[in-house]
Amino acid sequence: MKDPVIYTQLDRIEGPLIAMLLELSDIGYGEAVQLVDKQGRTRNGRVVLMDGEKVTIEVFQGTAGLAKENMRTRFLGRPITLNLDPSIIGRRLSGMGEPIDGGPPLAGSGRDINGSVINPTARAYPQEFVQTGISSIDLMNTLVRGQKLPIFSSSGLPHDQLAIQIAQQARIRPDLSGHTQDLNDSSKELVVVFAAIGVKHDVAVRFAEEISGRTVSFLNLADDPVMERLLTPRAALTAAEYLAFELGLHVLVILTDMTVYGEALREVASARGDVPSRKGYPGYLYSDLAALFERAGQIKGKKGSITQLPILTMPNDDITHPIPDLTGYITEGQIVLSRDLHRQGIYPPIELLPSLSRLMGDSVGEGYTRNDHLPLMEQLYAAYARRDEVRMMSRIMGEDDLSEIDKCYLKFGKQFEQHFIAQGAGENRSIEQSLAIGWQCLSRLPVREMTRLSKEELAKHQDIWQTSSIGVTD
Amino acid sequence: MSAKITRISGPVVACDRSELFAMGERVAVGKISLVGEVIRITTEFAFIQVYEDTMELKIGEPVAATGSSIMVELGPGLLTTIYDGIQRPLITLQQQSGDFIARGAAADALNRERIWQFIPSQCVGASLSAGSILGTVQETAAINHKILVPPLLSGRLIYLVEEGGYQLSDVIAKLKTDKGEEHNLYLYQRWPVRTKRPVGKRLTPDLPLVTGQRIIDTLFPIAKGGTAAMPGGFGTGKTVTQHNLAKWCDADVIVYIGCGERGNEMTGVLTDFPNLIDPATGCRLIERTVMIANTSNMPVAAREASIYTGITVAEYFRDQGLDVALMADSTSRWAEALREISGRLEEMPAEDGFPAYLPTRTAEFYERSGKVQTLSGEVGSVTSIGAVSPPGGDFSEPVTLHTQRFVKAFWVLDKMLANARFFPAIHPLDSYSEYAAELGQWWSKLSPQWQQDRDQLLRLLMEADKLQGIIRIMGEEGLSDHQRKIVMAERIIKEGFLQQSAFSPKDRYASPEKQALMLQLIMRRLNQMLDDPSPAAEAVKKFALIELIRLKDDLGSDESDKILSWQGGS
Repeated sequence: MKDPVIYTQLDRIEGPLIAMLLELSDIGYGEAVQLVDKQGRTRNGRVVLMDGEKVTIEVFQGTAGLAKENMRTRFLGRPITLNLDPSIIGRRLSGMGEPIDGGPPLAGSGRDINGSVINPTARAYPQEFVQTGISSIDLMNTLVRGQKLPIFSSSGLPHDQLAIQIAQQARIRPDLSGHTQDLNDSSKELVVVFAAIGVKHDVAVRFAEEISGRTVSFLNLADDPVMERLLTPRAALTAAEYLAFELGLHVLVILTDMTVYGEALREVASARGDVPSRKGYPGYLYSDLAALFERAGQIKGKKGSITQLPILTMPNDDITHPIPDLTGYITEGQIVLSRDLHRQGIYPPIELLPSLSRLMGDSVGEGYTRNDHLPLMEQLYAAYARRDEVRMMSRIMGEDDLSEIDKCYLKFGKQFEQHFIAQGAGENRSIEQSLAIGWQCLSRLPVREMTRLSKEELAKHQDIWQTSSIGVTD
Repeated sequence: MSAKITRISGPVVACDRSELFAMGERVAVGKISLVGEVIRITTEFAFIQVYEDTMELKIGEPVAATGSSIMVELGPGLLTTIYDGIQRPLITLQQQSGDFIARGAAADALNRERIWQFIPSQCVGASLSAGSILGTVQETAAINHKILVPPLLSGRLIYLVEEGGYQLSDVIAKLKTDKGEEHNLYLYQRWPVRTKRPVGKRLTPDLPLVTGQRIIDTLFPIAKGGTAAMPGGFGTGKTVTQHNLAKWCDADVIVYIGCGERGNEMTGVLTDFPNLIDPATGCRLIERTVMIANTSNMPVAAREASIYTGITVAEYFRDQGLDVALMADSTSRWAEALREISGRLEEMPAEDGFPAYLPTRTAEFYERSGKVQTLSGEVGSVTSIGAVSPPGGDFSEPVTLHTQRFVKAFWVLDKMLANARFFPAIHPLDSYSEYAAELGQWWSKLSPQWQQDRDQLLRLLMEADKLQGIIRIMGEEGLSDHQRKIVMAERIIKEGFLQQSAFSPKDRYASPEKQALMLQLIMRRLNQMLDDPSPAAEAVKKFALIELIRLKDDLGSDESDKILSWQGGS
């Protein structure tokens, strides 16, 4: 073994990358590197390319101030790791996983932050209904334990508040799900792992203050080194995997803002000279994001779980932008926030039509929530989609020229948005309450429009129509 | 002296002594022998795509040639098994290395310990051509696995075991070729994944692959041995549709490739399929299924290989005279894997960074499907159905465009339909199938006026679509009474026929009989309504149109009498 510390001259400095010439035989691909510059400042990096005698290192703290002179370089002989033991809960760490709460250094054994792939045969299919207390999610786009469900938002929309509300209210309902076993009180609560990726200082403070209970925070703020952002979600997910699969806890991971992460990735990629695909993002953006999002889930025979709630802001409200687009292809659905609803003062401004929970079909209904859940959801969706068409029409022709039935749809839409979608930032609705409000809203429409509901379901709920303004026999 | 690694860039590694390697050769990379394939040879260096994570690999570590290309093992034990992209059985990997996949793991694709009951069907002394059937093994309740003489091999049978239990490593037969060479034959054989398996003759696909999904079978059918692509933005239901096809289509064997998609989806297949019953055979669906899972977070080079592994397995079952359906979800991720490797090789990119050979590779893949006469004279087929994930839902991107050129059925998944939770969200006007005319004859046997009904249904949808344009500007007031009835008919067709819920126990699979009867019934009812003098407003009640919409969920495939006699209202 050679001395891990070497002094060498840099060959090239370009953006976040430095290259040096040296005998490479003992350096591993992806290995962690420590650099000490002339001023004695330590920087961290990792090996991203090895070619003959040249090694290229990505420096997380940037290369400002570096010169080609000899620099103290230490190859650590291992990938970038995070030390983990149970005392991690409650800690506040930097984006690279170093304590910034004034506490002691992290203890425990080091784990590679890149993680490993969960074998698909080891996964347990997520089917446990998580009640968030938010009707638009619980009834319409159900969150399931072990799911990755991102929030697609835009600048100026209350995604932070929504994420905080979900983190505060999310519960497994043991009385609903026959599949849930051994739920004692502590395991009903979620441990939150919070990763701030290039967010503003006040956003980070708000999350820290409002998420009560057991939390681990990884904070890379807007003015922190850009390259560190590539590590922040990885460190956070490594901690989450430890908590979930070794300590048996149910973990909710909030990653915000994934758009900033994507931009950091693009910055490194262009410095490396990678062939760009859409909007200058590298072709491997999909694989890179997938490597993060796929670290959600449950494992057979293990008690804990990782549920991911990534937040991303769509540049220019554009859902086809590569970051939301690729995220949507990887995650198991998405919750889309709408500027239009937000302007109308509706909170949470969840735009239902493009929102989706892919795992919902197998996780609601008889034995999970209630047997009318799925058909009611489909009927509400069909009606709300029809309302959208009618509204488009009414904008051209005026409301007066609409047919009676179309007017009913407009009224339904209004009622639905104001009573079902809208709810207080502290309002925690049970799934039963959400279902009841859903049925109430439907009663604005004549029974004959209820083509997604079976006769049996309609018969069970016919009293709603009798008390509403529109008769059953309409 | 072996070759040494000189360069590492993500999944692409270069080594010296390029004269030791052949293009496409399988190599062992590094001290822990990661699986790799040679993809470029220069004067000094050989470039290798590595099928596993290259983390911690070092310059100077050895690269060893193996003398063979990337192969798959074909034989009893394939069914019910889930593999990664290079045919490592995931269950075995889990037993070896736990819940997370470890690097450098190795396992035989087919279980060597298991004993199979082999029933010979030849006699010693017989002269056998390539692809001849030596005997059979009942692999699962659903499939009687035929043991074949490997392609490219023929001769006189000089030894054949008696009926009994054998392991894969047992020699079950010996063949003496014309040149006098003796070859040992086993219950399994190997085949290079990038080479298509030879066939006797290609036939024209002329029978439908019945999927049980009305919008596919009735409007945009696919033939056994045909090709189809299913493009759609995220959330339009590609995966759910692929799963439905894998569950209910009437193929003998399903090869399901999860290519760069979610881990939980493959887990869903593994959870669902053992509990679902195939309506055709009464066996559990898993017994006819081979799964290949290279999820999005698994190494990108293995994702590229997974498609070829899958199609080779499909061809092997086809060679036994079986109808095989292959689902690839999603071929866009495979194309992206090509792009990533190409980028690491610093090749000149064509459109959107994809390599210039993307269309060639796409064509090669889809051309491996087809209906064929096998070497042994039986008829088999491989039907390929590929999902395409266009970025931003933009169908003018390279993968969608190139795929469209090489498939004959094109099922366009529509965002608006999906948003309204109208599934399957296949757009009834933008989609097409070039098999429709040919397969009409088959359907006419079930319902004589089938062709007529189907064409009228499409015509009504087209007319109604134009009328919707008028409604958008002038409102329904702008329509004549007859036109309003057409719009109403459109709604009945869409909600009562095309829509089909994967969660409705009576409707998730619709038998051809149910489909034909429903089509007949609905079109008869709609024609009555269109011809009736009463105003549109009364027609809904008079012709019990709402009940007509519910018909699909009320009556199951086994209740054709009730569908026939359905009167509802008038």
